[in-house]
Amino acid sequence: MGARAEPWQTAEIPGPKKAMIITNPQIVTALIRRSKNPVLIVGSMAPEIKLSSGDLVDYAIQIAESVGIPIVSSPSILKVFLDRGFKRVFGIPVVDIANRLIDVNWTGLEGKGQYDLAMFMGFKYYVCWLILSGLKHYSRNLKTISLEMYYQPHALWSFPNISKEEWEKNLNAIIKSLREGK
Amino acid sequence: MVSEKNIRVKIDELKSSIGLLKGFELSIGKIVSEEWLEEVGPTQFPKIPDLREWDLKLLQRYKPFYMPFCDLCCLCTFGKCDLTGDKRGACGINMSAQQSRIVLLACCIGAATHAGHARHLIEHLIEKYGRDHPIDVGGGNVEIEAPITRLVCGIRPRTLGDLEEVLSYLEREIVRLLAATHTGQEASNIDFESKVFHAGMIDHVALEIADIAQISALGYPKADPEAPLVELGLGVVDSTKPVIMVVGHNVPPAAAIVDHLIENNLYGGVEVVGLCCTAHDVTRYNPKAKIVGPISWQLRFIRSGVADVVVVDEQCVRTDTIIEAQKVKAPVIATSDVNCIGLPDRTRDSVEKIVEDLVLNGQPGALILDPEKAAEVAVKTALLIAPKRMKFKALPDVSDIIEGAKKCRKCDDCRRACPNDLPVRDALAETLEGNLNALADLYEACVGCGRCESACPVDLPLHSFIVKAAEKRIKEEKYKLRVGRGAIQDVEIRKVGSPIVLGEIPGVVAFVGCANYPNGGTEVAEMAAEFAKRRYIVVASGCAAMSIGMYKDEEGKTPYEAFPGAFDAGGIVNVGSCVSNSHIAGAAIKIASIFAKRRLRANYEEIADYILNRVGAVGVAWGAMSQKAAAIASGFWRLGVPVIVGPHGLKYRRMLLGRKDKPEDWYVYDARTGEKVYVGPAPEHLFYAAETKEEAMVMIAKLCMRPNDTTRGRAIKLSNYIDLHKRFFGTMPDDIHLFVRTLADVPLTMREEVIKILEEKGWKENIIPDPTLLPRLVRKKAGE
Ligand code: SF4
Ligand code: SF4
Ligand code: SF4
Repeated sequence: MGARAEPWQTAEIPGPKKAMIITNPQIVTALIRRSKNPVLIVGSMAPEIKLSSGDLVDYAIQIAESVGIPIVSSPSILKVFLDRGFKRVFGIPVVDIANRLIDVNWTGLEGKGQYDLAMFMGFKYYVCWLILSGLKHYSRNLKTISLEMYYQPHALWSFPNISKEEWEKNLNAIIKSLREGK
Repeated sequence: MVSEKNIRVKIDELKSSIGLLKGFELSIGKIVSEEWLEEVGPTQFPKIPDLREWDLKLLQRYKPFYMPFCDLCCLCTFGKCDLTGDKRGACGINMSAQQSRIVLLACCIGAATHAGHARHLIEHLIEKYGRDHPIDVGGGNVEIEAPITRLVCGIRPRTLGDLEEVLSYLEREIVRLLAATHTGQEASNIDFESKVFHAGMIDHVALEIADIAQISALGYPKADPEAPLVELGLGVVDSTKPVIMVVGHNVPPAAAIVDHLIENNLYGGVEVVGLCCTAHDVTRYNPKAKIVGPISWQLRFIRSGVADVVVVDEQCVRTDTIIEAQKVKAPVIATSDVNCIGLPDRTRDSVEKIVEDLVLNGQPGALILDPEKAAEVAVKTALLIAPKRMKFKALPDVSDIIEGAKKCRKCDDCRRACPNDLPVRDALAETLEGNLNALADLYEACVGCGRCESACPVDLPLHSFIVKAAEKRIKEEKYKLRVGRGAIQDVEIRKVGSPIVLGEIPGVVAFVGCANYPNGGTEVAEMAAEFAKRRYIVVASGCAAMSIGMYKDEEGKTPYEAFPGAFDAGGIVNVGSCVSNSHIAGAAIKIASIFAKRRLRANYEEIADYILNRVGAVGVAWGAMSQKAAAIASGFWRLGVPVIVGPHGLKYRRMLLGRKDKPEDWYVYDARTGEKVYVGPAPEHLFYAAETKEEAMVMIAKLCMRPNDTTRGRAIKLSNYIDLHKRFFGTMPDDIHLFVRTLADVPLTMREEVIKILEEKGWKENIIPDPTLLPRLVRKKAGE
C-alpha cells in the first residue's frame, strides 16, 4: 500500500483544510521540541493494537516518558497504564478532553496552562476524525498531530495511510530521536 | 390561524330549559366532556419562543461542542461555502450556527417522520374505529393517559378524534422550525439549539399520540408488566411454511395480515415475521407473530430466501429492498405514500389481478395503499408463491466463498467502506486455508449495511459470505422478548416515585434507539443486565429492546426471562416500538405529577426543572443512527434527561457537555430560601458519546445523580458509581468530592477511601437544597 493522503474510511472526505503529511519522523520530533506544553491522548483501542514489540500502550508510554509529558487516556484503558507502572496518566473521556482543549482559559491537568500541542493515537478511525474536526475548527493556539496508522485529515499533521511495519518504524524513530535529544 | 386556545368555549355551569349542563367544553365542531379541573399552566401549545428561556438555562450549563462532519455548507447556490475555523459563508453564517442548523434539520426530519406517521396512523384508525373511539392505555391503572400531551398541549385527549387538534399543532410547529433553517433565517447557534429542543418536544408529543392511538384501537397490551413473551431471532422462523416478512414502523398492514389469516383460519400455516418497529407492534397486536431482529437483519434475512413476500411500510426500510427481494424472487408490497419504491399504484385493482401479476407474471411488487387489500394480496401471494419459490435463496455456498477469495485483489476497499472497519479482506483470505471462522467472527459487529459489497471492485457478495460463514450461529439465534407493554401504570409510579426522587432506586436507565452498534448488540444486553442486577429500573424500546433479548445468561435465559417486566427496581421493561419511547418520557413526567403532585397541565418548564433536578433518569442510545433518534434525544434533553450514545453517535456532530471543573455552572436555587447553592455536576452532561461500553456504564451511574438525592440515596448512587469505576477503570473516581455534599452521602463500606480523597481535595460540607433553576419557584426570597 502506497503512502496516499486519503482518508482511511473512503467516505470521510475532509477539507478544504487538510492535514500536512508527516513524511519524516523528524517532523514530529521537531514539533514536540518546539512545543511548550504538549500532551498525548490515547484512545480505547490502544491495548488491542499489537505491534512487534508490544502494543500501542507501550509505545504511548515510551513517547510520553521520552518527552516527559502526561498522557490522557480513555477511561476504559486507564488501568492498563497504571498496571504498567505509568502514573502520569489521566483517564478522561475523549469528548471531555476535546471540550477542554478548545477553552483558552483552561489551566490543564497539572495546572500548567492550556496545552499547545496534542497528539492522538489508539482511537477508532471515525472517533479520532470527528474529535480532530472539533479541534481544528474551535481550538486556538493548539497544534494537533495524529500518530495513527491512517491519514487523519483534521489534524494539523498526520501520517498518510501506511502499513503497520512503516508505522512501527516511524514510531520507533520518533522515540529514538526524542530520547537522544533529552 | 386560530390558536387552539381560542377555539374552545368553556361552560362551567349552564342552566337552561333542557336542564343543567355542567363541566362541558364546546370546541368548534365538537363537544368535549371536560372534567379536568386542573388549571391551565403558562405554556399551552407552546411556540418556539415560549420555552426559549428554559432552553437557554440548559444551554448555559450544557454548552454545545461541535465536531463538524463537513467543513462546508452546500445548502444554497451561493455555496459551497468554506466555514473552516472562523470563516463565514456568503450569507454570513459561521460554523457553529451551520452545525446547529444541520442538527435542527435532522431533528425536523425526525419530528416530521413521527408526526407524519402519527397522522397516517390516526387517520386510518379513525376511519376504522371512529372518531369517538376512546383513548385507553391501561384501563383503571393508567389515569394519566397522555402525560406528554397534557404537559405540552394542556389538553386531555379522550378519543381518537381529540388527537387531530394535537396533530395540527405539531404540523404547524414543524413547519416553523423547518423554516428557520432557510438561508438567512436564524443566525445564532444557541437559538438553533433552542429550536432543536423544541423539535424534540414536538417529536415526543407525536410519539405519544401515535402510540396511545394504536394501543387504544388495536388491543395492544395495556401497561401490562406481564405482557407475553414472543419468539425472537433468525432461528425461530419456521421456514417450512409460507413466510410473510413485514418491515418498518406503521403497523396497519401487518395487523391486517394477521386479521386476514385468523379470519380465514390460515394462521397456523403461515408465518408472520417482523423486523424493526413493525415487528414490535405486530407482536403487540398478536404475540404469535415473530420478530426476526433489528434493522440490520434486513439484508441477511431477505437473502436467506425464507421470506416469500416482503411487505414494507415506512421508516428505516432498506431502500434497495426491491433489488434484494428480486434476487430471491420474493415480491414486495409497498404500503405507504412515503415509501412507494417506484412501484405501480395498484390500490384500486382487484386482489386477484394483483396476485396473478405477482405470482404468475413475475412483477417485482405493487404499491397498495389500502392496508386490508395489501394484507389480502400478501397472504394470497405468499400461499401461491411459496411452493414455486422453494425458499430460493441468495446466499453462497462455501465453495463460492473460496472461489471469491481467489478473485480478491487485496485492495482493502471493503474494509475502508465498512462503518466498523471490519477486516473483511483478511478474513476472506483465511478461507483459502479452509478456515471460515475469521469470517464468521465478523458477524457480531457487522451492521448488515452492505457497503463492503458496494465497494468491492470484483463485486464479491461479502455480507452474504459473512452470513454464510456464521450459518451455524444464526440457526441458534432463538430468543425471547417480552412484548412491548406500552405505558407505565400510575400505581407503579406511586410505588417507585419516592425511592427514585430520594435516590434510593439508583436510577432509571432507558436503552433505546437503533442498531448502529460499534461492536454488536450484545453490549446493550450486557449493560441492561448489569443495571437490572444493580436494582436500577431498566427500560427498553425499539431495536435496542430486541438486542437486549438476543442474549442468554449462564442458565440459557434471555434478560426478559431472567428479570421481571415491572417498572420497579431490578425490572427490564420493554415499552415497545420507537413511538413507545413516549412512555419513558411519560414515566418521568408522571413521577413529577402523580408522586410529587406538581401541576402538569401546560406546565412544561416546571416539570422539566423537576425532572432535571430530581429524577435520576438516563437514556442510552448505543446504536443511534437515525434522524428520528436525534429528535427523540432532543425531546429528552429539553425535559432534563441526559442521553448517552455510542461512538457512532459522535456523527450527530455535536455534544452538550457540562464542565465539572467550573463550579459556577453548578448552582441552583434553594426553593426554600432563594439562596444559590452549589450542588455539583449532577447531571454532568446532557448529550455525551462514550467510546466503549465500560465508559458508558460508569457514565450511566454518574449521570443518575441529581441534586435532590437524599443522603441515603446519594450513598447508593455513589456506591454504584465508585464500584463500576473501580471495576472498569481500576481506580477510585477523581471527582467524588464533587458529589459528596455531607459526610452522610459517603457509602458506609467505602468510607475510609472516600474520606481520604475528600481530605486531599479540600472538600467542604454543603447543604442539600430543595433544588430548582427557576427563580419563580422560590417560596421565599433571599433576605425576606
Ligand atoms: S455489511 Fe458488515 S462487513 Fe460489510 S460494510 Fe457493512 S458492517 Fe461492514
Ligand atoms: S474490496 Fe473486494 S477485492 Fe478488495 S480486498 Fe475487499 S474483497 Fe478483496
Ligand atoms: S448516510 Fe445514512 S441516509 Fe445517507 S446514504 Fe448512508 S445510510 Fe443512507
